[in-house]
Amino acid sequence: MSATAVATRELMLVEAVNDALHVELARDPSVIVLGEDVGRLGGVFRATAGLREAFGEKRCIDTPLSEAGFLGAAVGLCMAGWRPVVEMQYDAFSYPCLDQLITHVGRYRWRTGGRMGFPLVIRMPYGGGVRAPELHDDSPETYYVHTPGVKVAVPATPADAKGLLAAAIRDPDPVVLFEPKLVYRTARGAVPEGEHVVELGKARRAREGSDLTLVAWGAMVAVCERAADDLAAEASVEVLDLRSLKPLDDEALLASVRRTGRCVVVQEAPRTCGFASEISALLAEHAILDLQGPVLRVTGYDVPYPYWQLEDWYMPSVERVVDAVRRVLAF
Amino acid sequence: MSAVPVVEQDLERVIAGRPAVRPAGLDDDALLALHRSLVRLRVYDERSVVYHSQGRIGTYAIFRGHEAIQAGAVHALEERDWIFPSYRESAIGLLRGLPASTILQWWRGHPSGWWNPEEVNVASICVPIATHVPHAAGLAWGLALKESDAVAVAIFGDGATSEGAFHEGANLAAVFRAPLVLLCNNNQWAISTPLRDQTAAERLSDKAVGYGMPAIRVDGNDVLAVHDAVRRGVEHARAGEGPTFVEAVTYRSFPHATADDPSIYVDRERVEAERGRDCVAAYETYLRDLGVLDDEDVQTVREEALAELRAGIQAAEDEAPGDPELVFAHAYADPPPDLARDLEELRRVHER
Repeated sequence: MSATAVATRELMLVEAVNDALHVELARDPSVIVLGEDVGRLGGVFRATAGLREAFGEKRCIDTPLSEAGFLGAAVGLCMAGWRPVVEMQYDAFSYPCLDQLITHVGRYRWRTGGRMGFPLVIRMPYGGGVRAPELHDDSPETYYVHTPGVKVAVPATPADAKGLLAAAIRDPDPVVLFEPKLVYRTARGAVPEGEHVVELGKARRAREGSDLTLVAWGAMVAVCERAADDLAAEASVEVLDLRSLKPLDDEALLASVRRTGRCVVVQEAPRTCGFASEISALLAEHAILDLQGPVLRVTGYDVPYPYWQLEDWYMPSVERVVDAVRRVLAF
Repeated sequence: MSAVPVVEQDLERVIAGRPAVRPAGLDDDALLALHRSLVRLRVYDERSVVYHSQGRIGTYAIFRGHEAIQAGAVHALEERDWIFPSYRESAIGLLRGLPASTILQWWRGHPSGWWNPEEVNVASICVPIATHVPHAAGLAWGLALKESDAVAVAIFGDGATSEGAFHEGANLAAVFRAPLVLLCNNNQWAISTPLRDQTAAERLSDKAVGYGMPAIRVDGNDVLAVHDAVRRGVEHARAGEGPTFVEAVTYRSFPHATADDPSIYVDRERVEAERGRDCVAAYETYLRDLGVLDDEDVQTVREEALAELRAGIQAAEDEAPGDPELVFAHAYADPPPDLARDLEELRRVHER
């Protein structure tokens, strides 16, 4: 953080996303926004509100309902010199676009021997806890992280939502941004005005501690912070907000766990092969002698995300995180 | 009646042979340039099948008989116009100045088979079916947004029209009035699946009505018919009127690829009959009847094409194998740091 005073505004997370889009479209005339309902409506969550009025309908485009089609079109738009920012309306609505993501978005630069760039951004609200119908609640980041050629970031705070989106838009590679919709309107914070960039691949220490590291991203960061509060009398718990899953700030991860000697990874997504497993593997490879207990995962379960009357049983809760921390401390 | 016309050429007339009448807008040089392109593609394909049998290239998707669709389309374009090929049009870049060695390296699995699409306005070869249609729509739309008058052509097969990507790309192109020609090589087979098992539509060109775009259906063995149809689509696109669907009807009378055994599924009599209406031979007959081509010209063009391929395979085989660095080099402009560590580790393990 810069020592010089930066003017800030108190914004909700979704407002910070909107702010980033306004700033970046004004900064770079090659940036365009497309997706379902992003223009006239300004997005179902209002993330793109005011863009059409400010920049015209050629730079904020309502597309036909075709996630694979408009992501594919974004590949062609890159070839024509544009920097498209594509909105997937909801996490699970993005599944059709995985076809284009895997077969082209992550491969096209490579396929040209690095001679053409594909600087596109996919942003989507993700995650559960919002009492929504089926397939509006998923945490699909693993599919994206597992796809070579793309980068993935997940902000937890309004300032990072703005800064990571700006970094994604300026990045020469395709970047997928997962915005925690659970906290779209409840996460509030000071957001720098004007241009604000948070470099991809840099984790944020959300809370300092010395006995155990809780690793999380997106909406789970706040859950971990509440767990750390609840545990304050028993242990000094550090909370590491990864911010970027790819590139991953493995230095910050290893430095923290080497210092605390204990780690619990918390993710909303189903457990098997989730990103928490990757974190656990990295710690097994690089920090085995620093660990004083097993690396535990607190995750969603390997089942379809449940209907909302059951969803609180599925989502990692403060209680489950506290329980996992206690088990590691007692090891 | 539909608001968008479906123009259908008299296929029977064309199949019977094109009368020796000079087409409007094409002088002798243009007619001969078209012939040269047909022959270069034919020789590329013939030699590639041989090179495969000699173990000099990998599995290869044969396009014999489809040269008229490819050359007819390319010659209807300006150099600023883009081509989006499927694997069936792997060598179409030859007609835009790509060296034969580059395309041969692609089929040899060598990284120098990469090319820069921007240099020749030919997109990378699309291996999955129909997923390049949205790219072509996006590029064409993006160029129009920049007020360029360039257009794009996406080439795909009959099977591709069953894919979601074709539908989404065609619909997007029509909604955004993208300057695009959707060129369907209807060779009536998707490996072993005949057209009747691919669609219940009477004609693929009928699909255009559903997207609100015009369609033209032509004999895909008649290079001048394809040229004319694509030219009309290009004019329509350049005028800001949006996309056109061109269905070029032909027949796949050779295997899908070098790994395919069509004897299991084809009708041999039909294949023989179809081979008898070869697009290159038909055009040569037409040019001879017109008096602009003789045996010596045919021989010369063929020799030049053979020399191009000989030089191409030589250059490809002379090239050193790719460095392991290339496994990692181009996935990202700004790669995550672990890729550099992976390369270091790979080199360490393999160092003796």
